[in-house]
Amino acid sequence: MEPILTVRDLRMGFDTEDGFVQAVDGVSFDVYPGEVFSIVGESGSGKSVTALTLLGLHETPPARIQGGEVLWKGRDLLAMSESDLRKVRGREIAMIFQDPMTSLNPVHTIGRQIGEMARIHEGLNKKEARTRAVEMLDLVGIPNAAQRVDSYPHEFSGGMRQRAMIAMAMSCRPGLLIADEPTTALDVTVQAQVLEVLLDLKDQVDSSIMLITHDLGVVAGLADRVMVMYAGRQAELGTVDEIFYRTRHPYSLGLMASLPRLDDVHRTPLLPIEGQPPSLIRKPSGCAFHPRCRFARLPEPCATDEPSLRLVDGDAHQAACHFAEELESSTLAHPREGRG
Amino acid sequence: MTPSAGDGPAAQHASMSTDASDLSMATSEPTSFWADVWRRFKRNRLAMVGLGLIVLIVLLAVFAEVITKYNPGTIDPIHKRESPSLKHWFGTDQLGRDMFSRVIFGARVSLRVGIFATAIATVIGVVLGSLAGYYGGWIDGLIMRITDIFLAFPYILAALAIIAVIGTGERTVILVLGLLGWLAIARVLRSTILQIKETEYIDAARALGCSDFRIITRHILPNAIQPVIVYATLFTGSAVLSEAALSFLGVGIQDPTPAWGLMVARGKNFLSVSPHLLFFPGAAIFLMVMAFVFVGDGLRDALDPRLK
Repeated sequence: MEPILTVRDLRMGFDTEDGFVQAVDGVSFDVYPGEVFSIVGESGSGKSVTALTLLGLHETPPARIQGGEVLWKGRDLLAMSESDLRKVRGREIAMIFQDPMTSLNPVHTIGRQIGEMARIHEGLNKKEARTRAVEMLDLVGIPNAAQRVDSYPHEFSGGMRQRAMIAMAMSCRPGLLIADEPTTALDVTVQAQVLEVLLDLKDQVDSSIMLITHDLGVVAGLADRVMVMYAGRQAELGTVDEIFYRTRHPYSLGLMASLPRLDDVHRTPLLPIEGQPPSLIRKPSGCAFHPRCRFARLPEPCATDEPSLRLVDGDAHQAACHFAEELESSTLAHPREGRG
Repeated sequence: MTPSAGDGPAAQHASMSTDASDLSMATSEPTSFWADVWRRFKRNRLAMVGLGLIVLIVLLAVFAEVITKYNPGTIDPIHKRESPSLKHWFGTDQLGRDMFSRVIFGARVSLRVGIFATAIATVIGVVLGSLAGYYGGWIDGLIMRITDIFLAFPYILAALAIIAVIGTGERTVILVLGLLGWLAIARVLRSTILQIKETEYIDAARALGCSDFRIITRHILPNAIQPVIVYATLFTGSAVLSEAALSFLGVGIQDPTPAWGLMVARGKNFLSVSPHLLFFPGAAIFLMVMAFVFVGDGLRDALDPRLK
């Protein structure tokens, strides 16, 4: 299957007073039609920045794109003019944001904001746009959509607002929906419902989802493929099963070990990743993760050579670790089960 | 809202009913933003007094011909500077013209000047303030330097200078006040937009394909316009005052047009013998400016969500 989105060697960053922040450093990946592609990492790992770069949503300056290609259905988004890019945004690639409390405009009704998409991109008139808004609200499971369409955002709860955001983003049937931490600001009980709506709508409008999150629980339930990012670089890329059960990067492993598990009968303590994410202005030498890595072999090669992303397992499972293959042993990959 | 010990049953009842209405607002009927603003505005007594005054002045100005018995321009040298009487409610001026007619017709001039000067100032201020706030960079720098230059000019002096060049008259006064009045509006709007520009709903609008023009007009301005509305209302009052000042100085409205500032200027020589020549137009200026200030303050409170 042909990918709809191809990113090759994307490198970009921001000029700041303290120096150049290398936020995205040589990232390459594909998104295929109909899949949920998840980008995982800590704050500052470059996941949101990557997504915003695809749509040209950074202000330049301070943002600076150093190189790479972003091919959307064969067209390079990085080379596109602002006015062409505007036609892609919302219509072909839509985006929803983390905080539904602040991502809806407080002075317009929900219906007007949802309908605005169709009015801009499909030239619908006011009445048609309203009808579309009601349909979309209905699709995302807002009861009494015909009445609620005239509500203002402050009259909606957090979960309803995020549903409305999804309705808005999906109203032009985009080929790709970028969801940046879509459930982080929601109650746990509401999270599951919103994710369900997201998946359901994805199938109905036949689009793909790029899910950006730091919540591995969400990833496990939703994603088809996963990309783990650390300090602006890819640490690991593979299917959700490969990432969870045949982990090939110490950082992914660390993320997993710091996750509480409901089925953990042995009450093994959670294992946090020691230390802080590195400065993106002066990254550590060699592998950026080596100062926090439990398996690092110092000084060589971990502190001297930067590991490149390479095929480590199967036909598409890639990792950027010098010792990816050695993580195979079950004691390392599943420390808790090993101890049982 | 908890009724304190001293509250009678009536007060308790009142507080309960407001609680109930707040609740219904939160759960069922969608209420528009402006309905909310009006609800809060109504509670402000001074603002309602101001609004009532403005409505009254507008009605008087519109129906001036119906209300007054005398033509404001008719000279009657035999009955000059008569004190207020049943025949001439506000007395007559130094040329025997009916003061009541002149004050009522003067309201038209003041309202025209206030409204049109404010309209010009608001349009210029909103356009320049939006451009400066939204685009930033050199556009912002250029516009803000222009406002700095304008601010460094003494207001009345600048008005005098411009009028000296292009001549006097009502249109000139409107133009001058409008052209000098947009500075504060542009600055207020720019700083508000700087905050709103960073909000997530603007990011969302951009991410969903809105153009800059649409983002500014549909998403930013409705959120940023509140301080501008307040300022424009207050500016209307100050434009009325400035027109009076310019007319008083002899560079504003010219005789025989009945303008309040001009009437004060002409009457000042008779302060000791015929104080009514100053009192009525002076009181009219005072009432109109005060009305706009009250409404402006009321709007500011009603529009400020933090005071909800």
